[in-house]
Amino acid sequence: MATHALSPAAVPAYRGGLYEWLTTTDHKKIGILYLVNSFLMFLIGGMFALLVRAELAFPQLQIFTNEHVYNESFSIHATVMIFLFIIPVLAGLGNYAVPLMIGAPDMAFPRINALSFWMLPLGAVLLLMGFFTEGGAAAAGWTSYPPLTERGPLNAPGPGQDLWIVSLILIGTSSILGGINFLVTIFKMRAPGMTLFRLPIMVWTMLVTSVLVVMATPVITSALVMLFIDRNYGGTFFTPPTGQAVLYQNIFWFYSHPAVYVMVLPAMGVISEVLPVFSRKPLFGYKAFIFATAGIGALGFSVWAHHMFTTGAVFLPFFALMTFLIAVPTGVKMFNWIFTMFRGQLTFSTPLIFAVGFLTMFLIGGINGAFSAAVPVDFALHDTYWVVAHLHYVLFGGSVFGMFAGIYYWFPKMTGRLLDEGLGKVHFVLMFIGFNLTFFPMHMLGIKGMPRRIADYADPTWNDWNLAATIGGFLIAASMLPFMWNVFISLRNGKIAGDDPWEGNTLEWATSSPPPAYNFDRLPEIRSERPVFDARHGIVGHGGHGGPDEEEAPKALEEGRHDDQGPTR
Amino acid sequence: MTAEAPAITAGHGAPHAAASGHAQRGISNPILGMILFITSEVMFFSGLFAAYFATRAANANDWPPRVFEGILDPLGLIMIATIILVASSFTCQFAVWSIRRGDRRGFIRNTAITFILGVIFLGMQAIDYAILFGEGMTLGSGPFGTTYFTLTGFHGAHVFGGVLMLGVILYRGMAGQFSARHHDAVEAVSLYWHFVDVVWILLFSILYLL
Repeated sequence: MATHALSPAAVPAYRGGLYEWLTTTDHKKIGILYLVNSFLMFLIGGMFALLVRAELAFPQLQIFTNEHVYNESFSIHATVMIFLFIIPVLAGLGNYAVPLMIGAPDMAFPRINALSFWMLPLGAVLLLMGFFTEGGAAAAGWTSYPPLTERGPLNAPGPGQDLWIVSLILIGTSSILGGINFLVTIFKMRAPGMTLFRLPIMVWTMLVTSVLVVMATPVITSALVMLFIDRNYGGTFFTPPTGQAVLYQNIFWFYSHPAVYVMVLPAMGVISEVLPVFSRKPLFGYKAFIFATAGIGALGFSVWAHHMFTTGAVFLPFFALMTFLIAVPTGVKMFNWIFTMFRGQLTFSTPLIFAVGFLTMFLIGGINGAFSAAVPVDFALHDTYWVVAHLHYVLFGGSVFGMFAGIYYWFPKMTGRLLDEGLGKVHFVLMFIGFNLTFFPMHMLGIKGMPRRIADYADPTWNDWNLAATIGGFLIAASMLPFMWNVFISLRNGKIAGDDPWEGNTLEWATSSPPPAYNFDRLPEIRSERPVFDARHGIVGHGGHGGPDEEEAPKALEEGRHDDQGPTR
Repeated sequence: MTAEAPAITAGHGAPHAAASGHAQRGISNPILGMILFITSEVMFFSGLFAAYFATRAANANDWPPRVFEGILDPLGLIMIATIILVASSFTCQFAVWSIRRGDRRGFIRNTAITFILGVIFLGMQAIDYAILFGEGMTLGSGPFGTTYFTLTGFHGAHVFGGVLMLGVILYRGMAGQFSARHHDAVEAVSLYWHFVDVVWILLFSILYLL
């Protein structure tokens, strides 16, 4: 680029560091902002989890002076972790990776992309402001069922619950705009030759995730709006005798079950990129994987009521059957992953280890999930710690391990430096042990009948398992220290990564690390789902001439910057 | 296996056009974005409609409530408002056809009429609300009022949003920013306006006729 004279309009005006980060519309910078913001939220949500675990270590109340503050803690823990950590962190990885993987200069609507991001910190501030209001923050759990959330002296009298509602509407809007942006980007911005069946799996999972977001998130917005009207304007949607509390549950879960796949599909996409690269094999059953992903997305809309088996208001056989059916495409994916590694040349780098962590932990989470889909089992285990164990095996054992696989995998691309392998492995071992020590005992607690969302308990047979879970929780917290230290020292002195440290398959490894603002000077020929592999091994022409070359690159950048303005372009 | 020469010849002309002009192939980015946005809006209203039917089914023996018997008269003011909104959808489409022909004057005239009709609809809805408030029907007056004002209120908010968008394209049209080739914003706003109109037809049928 240095030898090429840019036209005056294409020369970016100089902007100082902080100002540039605050005003950027570059998908890579916004992706990194997503990751940093989400990690901060992970720490905040983790603090609340530690408070909860510390309280539960022994019977009686030790940490909290009253149960209401305990209720606020687990409610805000779950809300922050789900809506401000897992969903945005995966959207952040997608934001960084998707345009690079499809050979695009940026997202389709760069400024809407920035808007999506900046709604998140605002939502976080609104949510946490609840603690400074009279009556405290939202305390009805992350599901916020009425009548717990109706306005009343014994329910949720203060503005904390209203702040929760407004914050979630804001975060949901951010998700919807992000989902639209991903879909338009994937459908319209692919490089020449990048057909739908040559898309990297990560892009496919983001596509299905975005469909779920665009179709499901507005539905929870409607539930939240109605709850807000009930609370503040005397509405009667969910208030007896003329309103129905179960109506809220139906609408809420119509979003929140697809949201489970929003939280796990991108992580599946990440490990489907990591496993082939570190096994030196193509993904086993590429098309089967895509159809399984689409199948999970479609089935995801027909299983919401398995969260409501015990209400007595849903048709049990249908929802149990559909829930069992979801195990089929998920099982297909397990085979895809296992047979990708089978007889591969495995390199046990940190990304692969985290991906294998995903496989094993998600398998447990999937099996105990299918278990709970059986109606009689669910009647016994509903609202016990079994459910807490299940959801953490899926969302922590699945999504969080997958997310860390992605962080270790793309950190060299984002920064130009490799993370330290030794510290990465310490991080993994601590987190893996801590995770299982925390959440495996919860299965036993659930079977023994310990209900979720209690601050105190009197059954002495629960003591040991609870203490073990608390120790595990603090071990997970400790595992963040080597990770943060690793990021800190690697940013300063990490090994220089080069363009393609892992010998990757997908297009992001064909540009420099970190990539320039316009992403690509030139693209390799795209003749399969592994264009960089093909170019490296001479299967198609080296160097390639398919994409925007030096003349075209600034134009492509210009295009990306102004695409959202429509006809003024 | 190496095939450099074919790569150059095969990969030059067409891919360049594609890479630098994504918007020229098929549907353009802003219009696809608007269609997806409307999809999400459809799902939002689906949630509200579902709540309406669930609430109505649970209170079927008292619907409409005896105190509000006959308060929602389909042949009154609301009929005129409905005709106005449906008509505005036609004028909106005339505006699109005008600009597709490159007829800027026709575009501005039709958009201005659409804009005014939208404002009149909002005004009539406000009058309607005032009348209903006078009869004692509010958001807090039981399930009938709650569902009526929530559904029509959110529709009204969307009409307001649509009127703002119409204002923007009207202003931009008067500034000469649209032509037969470049008018994605007009197409996108018209799609949104038709969506708002369809939602109203559904609302009118369900709230007033059903």
